[in-house]
Amino acid sequence: MQVEFRNIHKRFGSVHANKGITLNIPGGCIQGLLGENGAGKSTLMKVLSGFITSDEGEILLDGRAVTIPSPAGAIEQGIGMLHQDPLDFPPLRVLDNLLIGGRRGLIPDRRAALKALKEIEAQFGFSLDPDAYVDTLTVGERQQLELIRLLWLGARVLILDEPTTGISAPQKVKLFAALRKLSAEGRTIIFVTHKLEEVYQLCHRAAVLRAGALVAEIEPPYHTENFINAMFGGEIPTPPRQPPPTTAPLLALKGVTVEDARLQVGPIDLTVKAGEVIGLAGMEGSGQDLLLRLCAGLLRPTGGEIALGGRALQNATYHQFLRNRVKFMPADRMTEGLVAGLSLTEHFALNAEVHGFFINYKQAEQTAVERIAEYSIRGFPESPVESLSGGNQQRTLLALLSAPLHLLLLEHPTRGLDLESAVYIWKRLKERARSDGTAILFISSDLDEVLQYSDRVLVFFAGRASVPLSAMQTSVEELGLLIGGVPLETARSTAGMHQPEALSR
Amino acid sequence: MEFDQLIIGLAGVIATASPIVFAVLGETLTERAGVINLSVNGMILLTAMSGFAVAATTGSVLLGFAAGMLIGALVGAVVAFTSITLRQSQVAIGFVLALMTRDLAYYLGSPFTGQNGPRVPPAPIPLLSDIPVVGPLFFDHDLVVYLSFILIAVTYLWLFRTAPGLVLQGVGERPASAYVRGVDVNRQRYFYTILGGALVGLAGPAYSLSIKAGWQGTISGLDGIGWIALAITIFGGWNPLRAATGAYFFALLQWLSLVLQPVLTGIPSQVLQVAPFPLMILTLLLVNFGSTEWVRRRLSALPEDQRRAVNALIRRLNVSPPSALGTNFRKQ
Amino acid sequence: MLKDARVGGWGARLIGIGLALGFVALILLATGAPPFQAISLLITGAFGSTRKIVDVIATSVPLLLATSGLLITFAAGLWNIGIEGQITLGAIFTVGALRLFVDSGAPPGVAILVGMIAGMIGGGLWAALAGLLKIYGGVNEIFSGLGLNFVATSATIWLIFGPWRRPGVGSMSGTEPLPPEFALPQLPDMRISAWAVLLSLLGIALVYILLRGTYIGLKLKATGRNARASFVLGIPTSRYTLVAFVLCGLLAGLAGAVQVTAVYNRLIPSISSGYGFLGLLVAMLINYQVIWAIPVALFYAALIVGSIQLPIQLRLDSSLAGVLQGALVLFVLIIDGVRQRLRERG
Repeated sequence: MQVEFRNIHKRFGSVHANKGITLNIPGGCIQGLLGENGAGKSTLMKVLSGFITSDEGEILLDGRAVTIPSPAGAIEQGIGMLHQDPLDFPPLRVLDNLLIGGRRGLIPDRRAALKALKEIEAQFGFSLDPDAYVDTLTVGERQQLELIRLLWLGARVLILDEPTTGISAPQKVKLFAALRKLSAEGRTIIFVTHKLEEVYQLCHRAAVLRAGALVAEIEPPYHTENFINAMFGGEIPTPPRQPPPTTAPLLALKGVTVEDARLQVGPIDLTVKAGEVIGLAGMEGSGQDLLLRLCAGLLRPTGGEIALGGRALQNATYHQFLRNRVKFMPADRMTEGLVAGLSLTEHFALNAEVHGFFINYKQAEQTAVERIAEYSIRGFPESPVESLSGGNQQRTLLALLSAPLHLLLLEHPTRGLDLESAVYIWKRLKERARSDGTAILFISSDLDEVLQYSDRVLVFFAGRASVPLSAMQTSVEELGLLIGGVPLETARSTAGMHQPEALSR
Repeated sequence: MEFDQLIIGLAGVIATASPIVFAVLGETLTERAGVINLSVNGMILLTAMSGFAVAATTGSVLLGFAAGMLIGALVGAVVAFTSITLRQSQVAIGFVLALMTRDLAYYLGSPFTGQNGPRVPPAPIPLLSDIPVVGPLFFDHDLVVYLSFILIAVTYLWLFRTAPGLVLQGVGERPASAYVRGVDVNRQRYFYTILGGALVGLAGPAYSLSIKAGWQGTISGLDGIGWIALAITIFGGWNPLRAATGAYFFALLQWLSLVLQPVLTGIPSQVLQVAPFPLMILTLLLVNFGSTEWVRRRLSALPEDQRRAVNALIRRLNVSPPSALGTNFRKQ
Repeated sequence: MLKDARVGGWGARLIGIGLALGFVALILLATGAPPFQAISLLITGAFGSTRKIVDVIATSVPLLLATSGLLITFAAGLWNIGIEGQITLGAIFTVGALRLFVDSGAPPGVAILVGMIAGMIGGGLWAALAGLLKIYGGVNEIFSGLGLNFVATSATIWLIFGPWRRPGVGSMSGTEPLPPEFALPQLPDMRISAWAVLLSLLGIALVYILLRGTYIGLKLKATGRNARASFVLGIPTSRYTLVAFVLCGLLAGLAGAVQVTAVYNRLIPSISSGYGFLGLLVAMLINYQVIWAIPVALFYAALIVGSIQLPIQLRLDSSLAGVLQGALVLFVLIIDGVRQRLRERG
C-alpha cells in the first residue's frame, strides 16, 4: 500500500513537532526513518497510527485521503504499529494476547487464532508456544507475537519503532528476513531506527527528520556522511580550543560493565583527570546513558571497579556518591530532576548542603534570588517549578548543582535551550572544570557541542565504547562514522578522504 | 462433636459465606478493570437496609434484592464518574463513600429497625438434598445460596473463558495495549464498576433477607464485613474461585472460633477470627516482594534465564494485582 | 496550574458545601423530615449551652490529633488508613502502662505521663509496621492498614475478654476502670481536660511548624510529590516515608491515650470511636491545609455533638451527622474534579 504524507503539521503547545512534512512512500517499500530524539519521528508515526491527529495536512493511502481517528481505526485501514516496548499483555498467554480485541463474539475462537498463529509462524520461521505467558518471552519473541497479531488483523502498512533494541542477533536476522518477505508481498514497512547499518542492510530508501522537518531523503548507495550531515547539521566548528588539563587522575573505571533490560554495556576502561570534560556520543540508547548513571551511583556495575580519588565506589550507594561530591543532572526534568508543586525557593532550600532543623526561608529566598539572577532564570523565588518553561527548568537544574563538586554528570545539558543560554551554561561549566577541578562527563546528541566543549570523546555503539578520542584530533565526520558503527581505522581513512563541501545536503 | 452437627455447621458456613461471596465477586470484577471501589463496607450496609426496607414495604423479597442491586450499581456509578470522568483519586472517593453510605444506611433505616419483614424461604432441592453429606452441605439452602454458587461459576467463566473476559483482563493489566486493540478502556471501566457495584449490592439483601434476616441498625453486626470483603478480594488474587474460597475460609474461621471456644480455652477465639488479616498481609508481602526496589536490585544481578525463571515463579503465584489498578487512563 | 488551584479553590469549595447541604436536605425531604430545622439543629445544636460547647471541644481533641497526624502522612503522599489501629494501639499501650502503676504508690502524674508516652510509642510502632511493610515488602499501606486495624480491634477484644478481664466475667463494656486518679484532671464541673485540649493544640501547632518551617517537613513534601526526583536530589526517600508513618503514629497513639485518660478511663472494644477515619475526612475537606484543621475539626465535632439532639427534638437518627460529614467531602471532591476538567477544556 502506498502511503503519502502531505504537509503534516503538529504542535504541542509552543513546540512545533512536525513542520509541514511531505513524504511519499511507495507500496512494497521498506522506508527507513531517522532523526535524533525530538526530531519529530514519533509524532509523525503517532499521526499515521492514529494516536494523535495532525493539526494540518493529510494522509493518503493508495492515493485516497483518509482520516485515522484511533489506533484501532488505523488497523482497520491496514496500518499496524509495532511499538518499541511491545503493547501486549505480559501476564497473559500468547494465544490470549492474539484474541483480545480480535473478532467479536462471546467465546473466543481459539482454534482460529491457533491456526493463524501457526500459519504466520510457518511463513516466517517463528515459533512461539501458544500457552506460554508473555512475560516469559524475550523482547524479540514479543515482537514476533505483535507482528503476527498485526498481520492476522490484515496490516498492509507496518510501522516498526526501533525494533532491534534489546533483541538478539539471530532474532534480528529473522526479523529482517520477515520484513523483506513482507515487502516482497507488497506491504509497506516504515522502519524507525537510530542505527545506520540497519538502514544499509534493510531499507530501500531513508528519510531524515531534524527539528520537526524532513531534511533529507536518501537512496542507495548510502554514504554515512550524508546521514550524519542531515541528522546533526553540517557545520564544522572552529572553536577556540584550550589544551586539556594535566592534572592528577580523579575517576578511574576498570573493566566496568553495566546493563539494563535491553543492553549490556562494557567492559569500559577510562581514566578521567580532575577538570577534564568528557563528551559521550552515540545514538540514543547505545550505552552512554547507562555509563553516566553508573558514574552517578544510580546504577550498580555488574562487574569491574570504579574509583574516585582512589576510593573504591563500585558497591557504594547513591548517597555515598553524593557525599563524595558526585552529582547527576537528568535529562527528564520533571520526572527525575524537579519536584512539581515546590517553589524555586523550596528547591534551593532542599539543596542546601548543611542545614539545621528549621528552614531559614529568608536565606533560602536570598539564595533563590541570587541563583535566579546568576543563571538568568525567568521566574520568581515563589514560582512553582512546573510553571517555568523548559529552558528555565534546565537552568534551575544547573543552578541546583552549584556546590563544589569532584564529578558532574550531565544528560543533555543544553537540550531545548536557545544558543545564548547554551553558550552561557557551557562557559560556567568550563570555568568550574578549569578553576575547581570538577571533572565533567556529559551526553549530547549535538556533535558540535561534543567537539566544542570536550577534552576527550567516547563514542558508544551497541553498548561498546570507543577508545577515548582527543577532541582536538577528531572531527564531526569521524564521530559520525563511529556513531554509525564503523570501526575506528576505517573511520579514520574514510573521514580523511571526504571533504565537507562534497557532502550532499 | 457429632458428625451430623458437623455437617449442619459446615452447611451454615457455606450459607453465611454467600453474601461475602457476592461482595468479593463484584469487587474482583471492578478491580480487574483497574478501578478500586473502596466503599464496599458502606454499600453492604446501605443495600442491606434498603433491600430490607423495600421488601418489608412491598412484601416482595425479589424487589428487595432488585433495590439492593440498583443502589449498589448507583454507588458504583458515582465511583466511576468521580474517578474516571473527573479523575479524582479512587481511594479518596471510595473511602468517603464507605463512610457516607454507612451512615446513610443507619439514618434511612431507623424507621425499619427491628421491624418484621419477609425473608427468603428455604428451598431444599428435591432429590439432591437427600444425598448424604453432599445434600445437606450444598443443596439444602435457599435461593440466595444457590445464586452465590452460580455466580462464582459465571464470574469465573466470564473472566477466563470468554472474549469480553479477556478484554477485561487486558484493560486492568495494560490499558494502553487494550486501547490500540480498539477497546474503549473507560467505557469498560464504567461498566465493570457499575456491574461490580450491583453484585456487591446483592450482599446486603442477602444478609437482611436471608442470612441475618431483619434490620437492626448499628447492632446489625454488618459493619466491618465490607472491609473484610476487600481484604478477601486481595487474598483471592483477583480470581473469582480463589476469592470465593477466601470467603468460605473466612466464614469457616468465624464458625470455628465459636465452636472451639469451649474446647480450646487457651486460644482466644479472636485469634482465629482475625487470622485472615495477617494472612492477607502475608500474601501481599509474598506477592510484592519481587517488585520492591531492593529485591529487584538483587534480582537484576542474576543472569537473564534465572531472572526470567524467578519472574515466571512470581507469575505462577498468580496473585499480582491488575497492573493498572487505581490508575487513570488517558489516550497518549 | 497549581497556583490556579489555590486561587478560586475556596469558591468551588463553597459550591461543594452548598451541594452537600442540598443533598442532605433532599434526603430529609424524602424521609418527611423538616430539612431546615434538622440541618440547623445539627449545626447549632452543639452551641446551645456552655456544657455543649465544652463537649464539642472535648470531642475535637482526638479528632484534631488524628487529623494532625494524617496531615503528615498525606504530605508524604501516603494513605494511612491504618490510623484507626494506631489509635487503638495507643489506647492499649496506655492502659497497659497505667495498669502497671495500679497499687504502686507512684504519683499519678508520673503514671499519666508514662501512660501517655506509652500510648504514643504504641501508635508509633503500629504505624512503623505499616511503613516497613510498604518500604521493604511493597505492601500498599491501604491494605496493610486495613488488616492492621482489624488486628488491633481483635487485640482489644481479646484483652477485654482475656488477660484484662473484669473480675468475674468479661463484658463488652470494657476492662475494669482504672483508678480515677489516673485520669487527666478535668476542669471543675466540666467533662473536659484542659491538658487534653492543650495537647491537641500542641499537636496541630507542631505539625504546622513541621510542615511549614522545617527541613523534615519540606523533605516529606518533596517525597510525597515526586519520590524519584527527591531521591535524585539526595533525599533518602524510604527513610522519610517511614518517618511520616511514625510521626503520624505517635500523634494517633496520643489520641488513643487521650481516649483512655480523658474519656473512658479503661479499655473498651471500639476505643478509637472512628476518629481516625473521621480525621481522614477532615484532612481531605481542608485540602491538606494545616491552618484549617482546627475550625473544621471543631465543626465536625460540633456535628457529632449536635446530632445528639436529633433524636430528642426531631426524632431523627443521629447518624445524619455522618451523612453530612461524608457528603461535604464527596461534593467538594466532585466540584474540584469538575473545575479541573473545565479548565483543561477551556
